[in-house]
Amino acid sequence: MATAVLESSERETYLNREYGIKSWLLTVDHKRIALLYLIGITLFFFIGGFFALLIRLELLTPAGDLVQADTYNKLFTMHGQVMVFFFLIPAVPAVLGNFLIPIMIGARDLAFPRINLLSWYLYMGGGVLMLYTILNGGVDTGWTFYTPLSTEFLKTNVVTAALAVFVAGFSSILTGLNFIVTTHRMRAPGMTWNRLPLFVWAHYATSLIQILGTPVLAITLVLVALERVFHLGIFNPSLGGDPLLFQHLFWFYSHPAVYIMILPGMGIVSEIVCCFARKRIFGYKAMAMALLGIAVVGFLVWAHHMFVAGISLYAAMIFSLLSYFVAVPSAIKVFNWTATMYKGSITYQTPMLYAFGFVGLFTIGGLTGLFLAALGIDVHVTDTYFVVAHFHYIMVGGMVMAYLGGMHFWWPKISGRMYPEGWGRLAALLVFVGFNLTFFPQFVLGYMGMPRRYWDYSHMPEFQILNVLSTAGATVLAVGYLLPMIYFLWSMRYGKPAPANPWNAAGLEWTIPSPPTTFNFDEQPVVTWEAYNYDEIKEEVPVAN
Amino acid sequence: MPTSPAATVQGEAHENPALLHHFATAEQQKDAASLGMWIFLVTEVMFFGGMFCAYLVYRYWYFGDFAAGSSSISLTLGTINTAVLICSSLTVAMAVRCAQVGKQKAIVVCLILTIILGLAFLGIKGVEYYQKFAENHIPGQASFHLDGHVPRHPDIPVNQRHAQIYFSLYFAMTGMHALHMIIGVGLFMYLMYKAWKGVYGPDYYTPLENGGLYWHFVDIVWIYLFPLLYLIDRHP
Amino acid sequence: MSEHISSVKLYVSIWIALLIGTGLTVFAATIDLGPFNPIVALAIATTKAVLVVLFFMHVKYTHEKLTKLVIAAAIFFFLILIALSMADYTTRLWT
Repeated sequence: MATAVLESSERETYLNREYGIKSWLLTVDHKRIALLYLIGITLFFFIGGFFALLIRLELLTPAGDLVQADTYNKLFTMHGQVMVFFFLIPAVPAVLGNFLIPIMIGARDLAFPRINLLSWYLYMGGGVLMLYTILNGGVDTGWTFYTPLSTEFLKTNVVTAALAVFVAGFSSILTGLNFIVTTHRMRAPGMTWNRLPLFVWAHYATSLIQILGTPVLAITLVLVALERVFHLGIFNPSLGGDPLLFQHLFWFYSHPAVYIMILPGMGIVSEIVCCFARKRIFGYKAMAMALLGIAVVGFLVWAHHMFVAGISLYAAMIFSLLSYFVAVPSAIKVFNWTATMYKGSITYQTPMLYAFGFVGLFTIGGLTGLFLAALGIDVHVTDTYFVVAHFHYIMVGGMVMAYLGGMHFWWPKISGRMYPEGWGRLAALLVFVGFNLTFFPQFVLGYMGMPRRYWDYSHMPEFQILNVLSTAGATVLAVGYLLPMIYFLWSMRYGKPAPANPWNAAGLEWTIPSPPTTFNFDEQPVVTWEAYNYDEIKEEVPVAN
Repeated sequence: MPTSPAATVQGEAHENPALLHHFATAEQQKDAASLGMWIFLVTEVMFFGGMFCAYLVYRYWYFGDFAAGSSSISLTLGTINTAVLICSSLTVAMAVRCAQVGKQKAIVVCLILTIILGLAFLGIKGVEYYQKFAENHIPGQASFHLDGHVPRHPDIPVNQRHAQIYFSLYFAMTGMHALHMIIGVGLFMYLMYKAWKGVYGPDYYTPLENGGLYWHFVDIVWIYLFPLLYLIDRHP
Repeated sequence: MSEHISSVKLYVSIWIALLIGTGLTVFAATIDLGPFNPIVALAIATTKAVLVVLFFMHVKYTHEKLTKLVIAAAIFFFLILIALSMADYTTRLWT
């Protein structure tokens, strides 16, 4: 491609093709929509992070002295809801998936560009409802909306919170629908299923979960709202209902939801590892099948969130066994990433640092999940900080790191600029150190018996030192997250202009200019090579900066 | 997998005004739209599925009270409505067929019939809802009372709390179904307008086909709702 | 388009079959079949649904295997929701 000759400010790109607010708010270009999402995602990440900071500040001392108990309930509820529904679930698919999938498969856009824009408006609509909920006094049900607390006893903004999640859920469903149809119908000639980047496979598997699981959450939230407004008794034991039915329906979605959150991250890691080890992925088919396996088996395990809630012992045993099965495909992926790195030609640019972090921290998170899948252990550590640490290792140590790694890896493609590599590595290090300092003590706290969602632990003052460590870690983590915000923005003006392929990586997205033109390809590519053909690409990776 | 030839950004001569810019061929666009509608129907299966799950749990727990509730709704109106919906599925299938064979005026007629039948269904549903209101069978209201006893067990009176769960699910499930019908009727009004303008014919009738798929799905939901809600324990 | 076009006769036959099925299910509800009442009702409903899917929704004549896979997936995951939930409810009172 001879397009590297022109500076991106001189040639037409998707960024400068049209100016003006209407050209952004009415765009159907998947790349612009990805950036629109990026704004919302970043905003909600920092809102959710703000709540986290308040939680950690409260927990610095055993006494409940920063906020009142009800306020604390609101803090952890809104931290969870904002982070899960407005950051973790949409972040990678809506930003990186939207931007990259059409390019990676050689298409001009997703199958349904207007539905893509609708997805964004639904996301923002749900976001506005969430902001309203927060500003109007918050909600304190826990992010899990358990009944009958949420349907009968609370006076807070339960219905608006449920509505916010409902609307955001439809955004998620439509994105999943778009990705599935795109992957089936829009691949360029020669781009067979077995040549797809694992990033695309990962989003395909994620989309399967989105379309199968999210509707169940949607109807459950509708029932909660109806129950609250019309005083029905579907989930209310004093009216003949079963609160466990709510939990079954809620977790039927919310467990697969955690796979919605992690699978795209796994796709990112595969791309990064191959590039910075200069090797094909070890076991491509197994990696693709493992993604599908996680998606399918992930639907069979939901009641492991309900072991002590009152389900039958026999059901608990079934779900415990199934939960062990779901770990297998995840483990296969960890082994294969490791095998890919083995005897690779490894360099340690920022994306690779995040990928390393992911592999290690996800493994710890995943293993502790197996602890929790064992009924005997779960009885002791459920609803303690052990669980909190477990899922934060996966969500923050895994997914957020993958997201940051992906943002760094594809930032040159998206913006046409290089980020400052030194600062990138520093931020990655701060994130890694800060993360472990925040969450490792929580494993110990949970094991020692500190319950979650408690605003006051003054009857257990021995927990304070670990809580202080955790809060200190959170501060370091916050700095680590702020840095990319700053230098990414800085790079848009002052960063080095990026070539088409700064990493010498494989993949169709690296064959077009940085940033791309609106229609991605001048001519539809015809693919004749396998994925990750690093053995055919030049050896050295140009060192950025 | 699309086997389309390479296309330039400036685009081929688009004789087909319905072909969108990001598709290489009309067939690719049709296949995409079709798959998209089927996947949307999957989400609808799971959406209604949550309510069917709740229904199943409580029917298992409170069979007698559910039977009592079921016996209190109008079997006649429910059966008529089932027939009405089945007829509307026929008319929409015929509408698609008319497009396939190029009978453009007939498309409009079939769609009008479908809309009329859909509105008839909703009207009858409205009557049923009114009946429940008049009989104090609205759940969550202080005035709720389902008289009588569990069918075939004159010694067991109806448990009012459990009966209210039946009616909660009755209204939630039929209400959600009715909402989907209203959306469907609106959709067909739009399609009818387009059909009247002559947009659909043997070369292009994808929106009609997909609208039909949606309507048939709503019909299938009712095919299951009818026996589950109306026919729980109707024999002497 | 190489789409199969069904005959009017076929559509009308299916329509009649559906109406008969409706009548049958109402009739069967009035007889005491013991535990088989719900089974018969669901069997008839499923037959009707299958007819709608195959003929009105053209699945019988489609060349797309993917459509059938999509339908199978929807049914499968719906059944998982029901089956595993009921696995809890039906075993709660076991000692």
